[in-house]
Amino acid sequence: MNTENLVAPWVVQSFCAMIFFIGLSGVLVRRNILVILMCVELMLNAVNLSFVAYAHQLQDMGGQMAVFFIIVVAAAESAVGLGLLIAMFRTLKTVDTDEIRLLKE
Amino acid sequence: MLKWIPLLPLIGFTINGFWYALIQCRPGAKKAGATIPGLIATLAIFGAFLISVKTFLELKGMPAEGRFVEQHLFNWIHVGDLDLKMALRVDSLSTLFTLVITGVGTLIHLYSIGYMSHDATPGKFFAYLNLFCFAMLMLVMGSSLPILFLGWEGVGLCSYLLIGYWYEDLEKAKAGKKAFIANRVGDLGFLLGMFMIYTHFGTLEFTKITELLARGDFIAAISPAAITATCLLLFVGCTGKSAQIPLYVWLPDAMAGPTPVSALIHAATMVTSGIYLVSRLNGLFSLSHTAMMTMAVIGGLTAFFAATIAIAQNDIKKVLAYSTVSQLGYMFLACGVGAYTAGVFHVITHAFFKALMFLGAGSVIHGMHEEQDILKMGGLRLKMPVTFVTFLVGWVAICGLPPFSGFFSKDEILWNAFASPHGSKLLWVVGAVTAAMTAFYMTRMFYLTFMGKPRFDESKMGGAHDSHAAHGHDDHAGHGHADHGHAPQGVHESPATMTIPLVVLAILSIVGGFIGIPHMSWLEEWLEPVIPAHDPATFTAGHTTEYLLMGVSTLIAILSIAYAWKTYTNLKEASARKARHAKLHETLEHKWYVDEAYESAVIQPIYEMSVKLWKNVDVAVIDRVVLGFGRVSEWTGQAARTAQTGSIQVYAVMILIGLALSLGYLVRGF
Repeated sequence: MNTENLVAPWVVQSFCAMIFFIGLSGVLVRRNILVILMCVELMLNAVNLSFVAYAHQLQDMGGQMAVFFIIVVAAAESAVGLGLLIAMFRTLKTVDTDEIRLLKE
Repeated sequence: MLKWIPLLPLIGFTINGFWYALIQCRPGAKKAGATIPGLIATLAIFGAFLISVKTFLELKGMPAEGRFVEQHLFNWIHVGDLDLKMALRVDSLSTLFTLVITGVGTLIHLYSIGYMSHDATPGKFFAYLNLFCFAMLMLVMGSSLPILFLGWEGVGLCSYLLIGYWYEDLEKAKAGKKAFIANRVGDLGFLLGMFMIYTHFGTLEFTKITELLARGDFIAAISPAAITATCLLLFVGCTGKSAQIPLYVWLPDAMAGPTPVSALIHAATMVTSGIYLVSRLNGLFSLSHTAMMTMAVIGGLTAFFAATIAIAQNDIKKVLAYSTVSQLGYMFLACGVGAYTAGVFHVITHAFFKALMFLGAGSVIHGMHEEQDILKMGGLRLKMPVTFVTFLVGWVAICGLPPFSGFFSKDEILWNAFASPHGSKLLWVVGAVTAAMTAFYMTRMFYLTFMGKPRFDESKMGGAHDSHAAHGHDDHAGHGHADHGHAPQGVHESPATMTIPLVVLAILSIVGGFIGIPHMSWLEEWLEPVIPAHDPATFTAGHTTEYLLMGVSTLIAILSIAYAWKTYTNLKEASARKARHAKLHETLEHKWYVDEAYESAVIQPIYEMSVKLWKNVDVAVIDRVVLGFGRVSEWTGQAARTAQTGSIQVYAVMILIGLALSLGYLVRGF
């Protein structure tokens, strides 16, 4: 296998970390629930990428296995999440987290 | 077979109790009346009586040394060295008690069917009665002190239930409470005495204790002070249960219960348990001269004081109650001078004639429509002939005229008080004076009740329904008399279920004394295995003196009766005499102000202390601490609450921080 043409691992991992923290800051900062959900997906995919990169680097298929699981769970999660989101929008007429403080009441 | 003696009343209690609690108690349930529950209860106790008789006959056929029947039921407690068996043991002493309890008990149950016919809840009443008999039978049949204690507490509980049976009336409920509390004080003494016995003897079984008592070397190793303390503690228990000074106050108040209860508790069962305990452990008591002396003196004093109080009472049941206290004092006097046999003898004869008198009084009260004041009776001999004749027998028996049963037992006690090595002339004088007073107040009561002219207005009697309600017969007014076969009005003789027991008890009161005729006493010989007979040589006086004393006491009784009879024939003169000694009479009528003294010396201080404790400790300290805890948690909650914003993002940041901290800990380990 020719390794010279490949991107160095630290570049890949840095990239992953960058995407992860973009997602995280999105979750923390944005007020639109839809966007928050998208940011969560971003974080998940950053982790996926990291897994795949390590799996290649360490020649261990376990990483790829984990990715499959994460994709499946993420699909389910986004289905449920979007469903909840729609239900929430129907009853509360808003998707702004600043206006949704049901936990406090 | 033995186990059925206590079990049958327990079964009767279960049937009546469940029937009452599950079916009759329901609103709108059909009233069962007194007959069926009464019959169930009576049959249960009668069955126990038959088995008791069978056991007695069995014992009679045995040689004196091995005269006992035992039945081991199950292992009760097994802890370390303590191995308690639930076992019943009937020997010559306890068989007499079982016979009296079940025999007199049967008659009282039968009588109650008639007496309780107007009651609202006869099922409950008969259930209690049977439970009472069960407890009492356990008391006398237990093979060890803890089983005796079980019965001891059981009769205490049942006396509370039965005395406060008409608990809607606050006074009666209070009387039940008083009996229970006074008994608890005594029970503490009994319990401590039992602990002492276990400490020194290492066993609680009667047979083993008796064996150890017979071993001189073993006894010599125990300090005499310990033995005296044990005896005195047990005697404290007896003063509670058997109504002696200073704990006798509950018994007169216990008259609040239905009259058959008074007969059962005060004549046949509960109060005699103290005598049973002392006779059972006679070997132990005989070791301590101090304890014996205390017992004799307390017994003598109780006999004397109770008799003085009885002279001035106007309530027919109160007179009988003080008379019971007085007679129990006699029994302890007998035990105190070492004449346990005489004590047991008096228990038996007293059970006959006192049950007879209580039931007779109940019949009078029933016939007079709940009138208990003897000053408002008179001339009942014509209206209630059967009650009159039977009561006459009881009166003669308690006065101690030969050949009625009371004469023999009382004389035996007086003779022992005079001549036994533990006795003294002074005790005899106290006993003899008490005997004179007994004859006096009994004659007074008898005369005022049955002789002379009626002092009540008969035309008002039939309509006096209000007074029934006041006495707790709540449904009495609702039924009307005609339903129960009563004459529509007026004073009447009681129904047959009430008079038959009276007749039987009257016969027993006449012949009961013949089991203990001096010098050919069947009883003494019978009790020989349990209570060693006296050595006649130790007596301080001879036979001539004995017969002389017998004559003296008979003479005293006759003179006293004659004096009382003469006094109360002329009622005007009697009340004038009463007025001359107004102060004395008032003191006696108020029972020497003992209740008042207890009230101010014991009850009030305890009450005040309780109030102080309540205000200064409970409210001021404990409540403050508890409420303080509440306040602290409330405040903490308020403070912590501000962290909960409800915003998802804030939570997410917190999760992030937490995660970062945990990860940091796991990676670096801080």
